Amino acid sequence: MLNIKILGGGCANCKRLEQITRKVTEDNQIEAEFDHVTDYAEIMKFGVMSTPALVVDGKVLCSGRIPTEAEITGWLKAA
Amino acid sequence: MVVVGWVVAYSYIQPLANWLTYGLFGLAQGSHLGESIAFFLYDVPKILLLLSGMIFLISILRTFFSPERTRKMLGGKRQGVGNVLAAGLGIVTPFCSCSAVPLFIGFVESGIPLGVTFSFLIAAPTINEVAVVMLFGLFGWKVAGLYVVTGLIIAILAGMLIGKLHLEKNVEDFVWQIQSSGGGVVEHLTWSDRLTRAWQSVREIVGKVWLYVIVGIAVGAAIHGYVPESALVGIMGKQAWWSVPAAVLLGVPLYSNAAGVIPVVSALMEKGASLGTVLAFMMSVVGLSLPEMIILRRVLKPKLLGIFIAILAVAFILTGYLFNIIL
Repeated sequence: MLNIKILGGGCANCKRLEQITRKVTEDNQIEAEFDHVTDYAEIMKFGVMSTPALVVDGKVLCSGRIPTEAEITGWLKAA
Repeated sequence: MVVVGWVVAYSYIQPLANWLTYGLFGLAQGSHLGESIAFFLYDVPKILLLLSGMIFLISILRTFFSPERTRKMLGGKRQGVGNVLAAGLGIVTPFCSCSAVPLFIGFVESGIPLGVTFSFLIAAPTINEVAVVMLFGLFGWKVAGLYVVTGLIIAILAGMLIGKLHLEKNVEDFVWQIQSSGGGVVEHLTWSDRLTRAWQSVREIVGKVWLYVIVGIAVGAAIHGYVPESALVGIMGKQAWWSVPAAVLLGVPLYSNAAGVIPVVSALMEKGASLGTVLAFMMSVVGLSLPEMIILRRVLKPKLLGIFIAILAVAFILTGYLFNIIL
């Protein structure tokens, strides 16, 4: 099971990132648990300075933009 | 291909707008309605084309920058040099105001002086691509250039002043305790990645502002056609001393609506509003935004936040008076 974290203060972009990622896990039947991290001290532990950021199993995959579905699918399948 | 199509489309807007208004609709040249419609049909496609084209280019440039890289470039820079560099990088580094807090913490925690951090935080939202492109499209390159240069100078000086005031105690305490891993993501982009990303951000930004642009231009067009020349000299001209602070005050609640506000303001200027007042208003609309202040309150104690807002408000007002006097 993958641990997926969405880092971000809760703006529209973070919510969209979570939506897209959830859709990817459902479409590909990937088992995953989701965490939406809004606490800035927690976010900073990942060294991320621009939100939203996507973290899978502790690894930061992208920050400061919303990746495409295809990109996320690739990352999750590789993880 | 795309570039040629863009240029051809751009050069046909004016004749097409005139033909539609005066030919197809049969409106009389010089009539109130005719003037307004021609203005609207010319400005909407022009501004939307300009926005798409310029934001595409700016977005390509921005793929070469990231907050992490900017932080590295600012590391170890002294006050002064650091402020100038931070303000400049504020223009080209991709930034969204929802990231203001992690960015602030990331900068301060890595040892970048508070004043230098503020130079960045002022320049990044104030000199924003939508505002600058629309100023360019509706006022010409001189006003757009003036806006960028003044914005840079304000960001540099305000940051230096905040640095001199030694306000580190007024940053929320938890900020100093955070230990970040410093890592983040390092990406290696190909040119095709950069073009794809730039195209994505054009769709995102233009998708967000197109409606405001159309509404703003519609209001501007109505003013253009119906309000008599120099009707506004008395209330928004150079002689009305109170118009500059009033413009700054009025700009605060209109945050993030630069796209809708600029066309209206450009029509007002044509009717007698003075450039200084207009610039002060624009900077206040873009640079002093209520949601951003609320976000920043999470890392700044009320005193520092108050000083920050006061410095910006005074700077915008002085800008307004300065340009009203010299132009």
